[in-house]
Amino acid sequence: MNAIYILWLRELKRYFRSKARILGSLGQPLLFLFALGFGLGPVFQRAGQGNYFQFLAPGVIAMSILFTAIFAGIQVIWDKQFGFLKETLVAPVSRFNIMLGKTLGGATIATIQGIIVFLLSLVVGFRPELTLLPLMLLFMFLIAVFFTALGISIASQLSDMQGFQLIMNFLVQPVFFLSGALFPLGNLPKVFSYIVAIDPLSYGVDGIRGSLTGVTHFGLSVDIFVLGVLTVIVLSIGSYLFSKIQL
Amino acid sequence: MDAAISVKNLTKTFKDFTAVNDISFEVEKGKIFAFLGPNGAGKTTTIKMLTTLLDPSSGSIMLNGYDVLSQKDEARKSFGIVFQDPSLDDELTAYENMQFHAVLFGISDNKRIEELLHFVELWDRKDHLVKTFSGGMKRRLEIARGLLHKPVVLFLDEPTIGLDPQTRNLLWTHIQKLNKTEQVTVFLTTHYMEEAEKMADMIAVIDHGQIIAQGTSETLKKQTKTKTLEEAFLALTGKTIRDEEATGSDKMRQFRKVWRGR
Ligand SMILES: Nc1ncnc2c1ncn2[C@@H]1O[C@H](COP(=O)(O)OP(=O)(O)OP(=O)(O)O)[C@@H](O)[C@H]1O
Ligand SMILES: [Mg+2]
Repeated sequence: MNAIYILWLRELKRYFRSKARILGSLGQPLLFLFALGFGLGPVFQRAGQGNYFQFLAPGVIAMSILFTAIFAGIQVIWDKQFGFLKETLVAPVSRFNIMLGKTLGGATIATIQGIIVFLLSLVVGFRPELTLLPLMLLFMFLIAVFFTALGISIASQLSDMQGFQLIMNFLVQPVFFLSGALFPLGNLPKVFSYIVAIDPLSYGVDGIRGSLTGVTHFGLSVDIFVLGVLTVIVLSIGSYLFSKIQL
Repeated sequence: MDAAISVKNLTKTFKDFTAVNDISFEVEKGKIFAFLGPNGAGKTTTIKMLTTLLDPSSGSIMLNGYDVLSQKDEARKSFGIVFQDPSLDDELTAYENMQFHAVLFGISDNKRIEELLHFVELWDRKDHLVKTFSGGMKRRLEIARGLLHKPVVLFLDEPTIGLDPQTRNLLWTHIQKLNKTEQVTVFLTTHYMEEAEKMADMIAVIDHGQIIAQGTSETLKKQTKTKTLEEAFLALTGKTIRDEEATGSDKMRQFRKVWRGR
């Protein structure tokens, strides 16, 4: 066994042991699927945009990954304050490998969460094409890695949970609502479309939607390229910030 | 013979506050060294610097012949530590906590885990989640974990805080046994002066970030013309209560009490 593996395993054990957390985190996606999917469906249809539920489900899958991943990353603050990070940081393991193990752990959880929401949406009535399923998994994992690493980077700069609300309201919520998870990206006002284009999640939503329904805005290769580059960047910045942690 | 720990002109400044101010000391191999001082004196800050968690503002640290600032991983393999605050993962079992540590330190032999869990009398509870443990059991587990990779130096930052007299006694007996049989050098802090008096071969007293006295318990008592170490300590550090500002982790300790009900 090696260090990256055991760090990954710890995240998974903690996840599967807290059934309440798994159940609780399914509430929000379900609510979005029901309230928006069925509530806005008729309007969407009348506007000539087709079936809203088919459109929305990939967005809600991406949402559940976003929240799970950020939360998994931010948990480093708890490890920091409740002592366990000290135990990890006195080990003869490079900070980069510690960061990597934690990121892969959080990202795996977030991907599992995304898969659960995907299965739930099937139950509720989502009917995707399944030919590009592996591609969907790739997109899910990419956004999971990106946002877990982002969460860890932020957590490495904070000393307590006081900034948590701030991050939720001024980072995570905007990233979600401005991503095209809930609305089509064609014919948006110019300024708004620029904002959407700098939101990393837009490419994840587009990629998942593209691989499940065949409809994409940026194109699947652009989605993969942008997410891939962003993930490498955030991993590098994150491991630098992580290596500077002082306890 | 070179020292297990050798610290020269160590200083740590937070913004404009100097928590550790130009301290120097040596700890001989195989000895028990007590680092005593009032609240906020700078004990934990010093330990964090000695254990690679905090970069010093200036000064040098050698541990087991390694430069702690430039040979971090070699230094890390040479010491074990029990932190002042709990540092176990509550959601893992005792055995899993040990295994996590073993893997991070590249130990593949699970015999040592078993041996140590027997040593701290937790073997029959090995598969229980740590959150179901009492304070004393957690402390014992942390000590077992700190010993897993056969460290040359064991740091104990207030290991007996919040424990009943029975458990305190048991812990110190364990530690003394280790020191005798495995020649582990022990660096400890405590606010219980009787414990320090009984255990320590050498004592350093730190106050306001500076070492104000060093020696054996006997020499400190002689120097202050007192009968017990407690009296000597009070003579050296005065009787005023230290009114330190709460740091982030103090606040978090409070928060944790409220949050987790302990
Ligand atoms: N990260 C930090 N930023 C600012 N000040 C700090 C920080 N960490 C510690 N201090 C301050 O440094 C001083 C020394 O703290 P330290 O924790 O080393 O004391 P201590 O001797 O371990 O005390 P105690 O017996 O209460 O554990 C305190 O005044 C504390 O408030
Ligand atoms: Mg302390």
